[in-house]
Amino acid sequence: MAAKEIRFHGRGGQGAVLAARMLASAAAAEGKHVASFPMYGFERRGMPVVAFTRFSDEPIREKTQIYTPDCLVVIDPTLLNIKTLFDGLKPDGILILNSPKEFPEPPHPSVKRAAIINATQVALCEIGRDIPNTCLIGSLARATGWVSLESVLKGLADHLDGDLLKKNIRNAERGYEEVQVISW
Amino acid sequence: MCAVEKATAPAGALPVPGIVAQPQTRVITGNGAAAWAAMLCRPDVVAAYPITPQSEVIEQLAKFHADGVLDCEYVTVEGENSAQNVICGASMAGGRAFSATSSYGLVYMYDAMFNTAGYRAPAVMINVNREPPGIHAVCSGQQDMISVRDTGWVQLIVENTQEIMDMTIMAFRLAEDHDIQLPVIVNYDGYYLSFLAESVEIPSITQVDDYLAPLKAQPPRPQLLPGSNLGCGSHGIGMGYVELRKKHMAAMERVKPKLEEVEAEFSAAFGRSYGGQIEEYRTEDADIVLVTSGSAVGTARTVVDAKRAEGVKVGLVKLRLYRPFPKERIAEALAGKKAVGVLDRSICFGWDCGPLYMETRAATAGDGSAPMLSFIDGLANMDITQDHIAGMIDDIQAAAEGRAYQQVTWLP
Repeated sequence: MAAKEIRFHGRGGQGAVLAARMLASAAAAEGKHVASFPMYGFERRGMPVVAFTRFSDEPIREKTQIYTPDCLVVIDPTLLNIKTLFDGLKPDGILILNSPKEFPEPPHPSVKRAAIINATQVALCEIGRDIPNTCLIGSLARATGWVSLESVLKGLADHLDGDLLKKNIRNAERGYEEVQVISW
Repeated sequence: MCAVEKATAPAGALPVPGIVAQPQTRVITGNGAAAWAAMLCRPDVVAAYPITPQSEVIEQLAKFHADGVLDCEYVTVEGENSAQNVICGASMAGGRAFSATSSYGLVYMYDAMFNTAGYRAPAVMINVNREPPGIHAVCSGQQDMISVRDTGWVQLIVENTQEIMDMTIMAFRLAEDHDIQLPVIVNYDGYYLSFLAESVEIPSITQVDDYLAPLKAQPPRPQLLPGSNLGCGSHGIGMGYVELRKKHMAAMERVKPKLEEVEAEFSAAFGRSYGGQIEEYRTEDADIVLVTSGSAVGTARTVVDAKRAEGVKVGLVKLRLYRPFPKERIAEALAGKKAVGVLDRSICFGWDCGPLYMETRAATAGDGSAPMLSFIDGLANMDITQDHIAGMIDDIQAAAEGRAYQQVTWLP
């Protein structure tokens, strides 16, 4: 498999940073080289946060932000209003979107394929709080096939434990099972 | 899983916490790697001040301490100046001392850092490179490191998460070596490395014990203890001061061969090496060379490979040792090159260029008139992209071909 670059967009407190790391852990569990880091200004709940994950069969040397992602993960649907959100998404790239809406038209002309799930609702049900990050990693695994669900769950266990881990495993499993993949 | 297995350890042996009983690979951040490395080196005292812009280093160490994995005095102080004084005192008392800081924290301990170095207290400290005060931007940038250049500390700069782990372990060997006895800072870029999660090989604590064991066979350091008839740093007027400064300077020069020595032993034990003071990448037959440090090195490797594929004979020098400055190895690596560029993540007031540029230029002053270009990029979290570096290499190549060039270029 060619190297993959994934860009996460969320808001402070929604777990974008951790989601990017969990995905890196999932790919590492499959023997991939991985690299993940976030970029944000002063730490404030609710402000836009970007996080990046790379994985590859080869060592990853670049320490740059991601400008031409293979996949965009949008954790907060209100971020769809940001004009630069879809910048650089590859023509065959895929959007993983948390949204309660139906999209008869693509949310942006450059989006041809999307995996959409009401991850906020799933998270409120499974975790009791609006932290939809792990649900969307499950959806990513299903929609892309780049990592298995089993590896995603292993990746979760690298970062969470106890009751919180159990709840997030269920969150990720539902993301995997319930996501709708749409092409326009 | 974090239990300290004191009961099973043979008499006199150090405890081996279960969590570090075996070598392992984990996906951890740069800050995590620094904390794991410091824990594996069994510091007697850790002191730090936990406020922005601190890092997860001390948070993780506090967890290790709370879980019983790390047996040390963990001193939470009221500010970084006190943190520096605590590790200085602990080190003077004969202990192994560690701290971590960043940006505002580093400059707030500025005066105390002179004490630690002047007393020859071999503490080890992590500095996460971020912009210092003035314009409020606690973002990535190496200006904080530059601002403590002349405190008398040894300073290293690393490139990735594994090197953070490995260099932090080596830093204790270097600092506490009988021939050195100087405090050491391991620097790494904020965000691009401090928050970078990668797979990191973590040695077992027994492997690290073995690596650090030669320190125990050295003559003992003087210990400044309550009631002991020993003083330090009280007065050094006139020749006393001159003598101690000369000795400090001589110890600093000894760091250069010593770093290569402790790294050779590290490589023999763990199978990884980094080139000592500098690493040369594809420089041997290169016409032109880019010099840089930190996280930009990894990106530059990729761009150098791409330019090589296009037929451009470009090489890369990674600066690892910042103080003392590896002037001999830099001069050797750059000798006879047609043009050189230096990429800085900070600025040098008064010289209108980057600080590493200024020093590289001084180190190669005898080399004649080969063009030398200064590039300033990556301030305050700005990304040093592949495109930027490709542009720098194009500029250096043009200068090598005799075309007009701009001496100092700010990016983006």
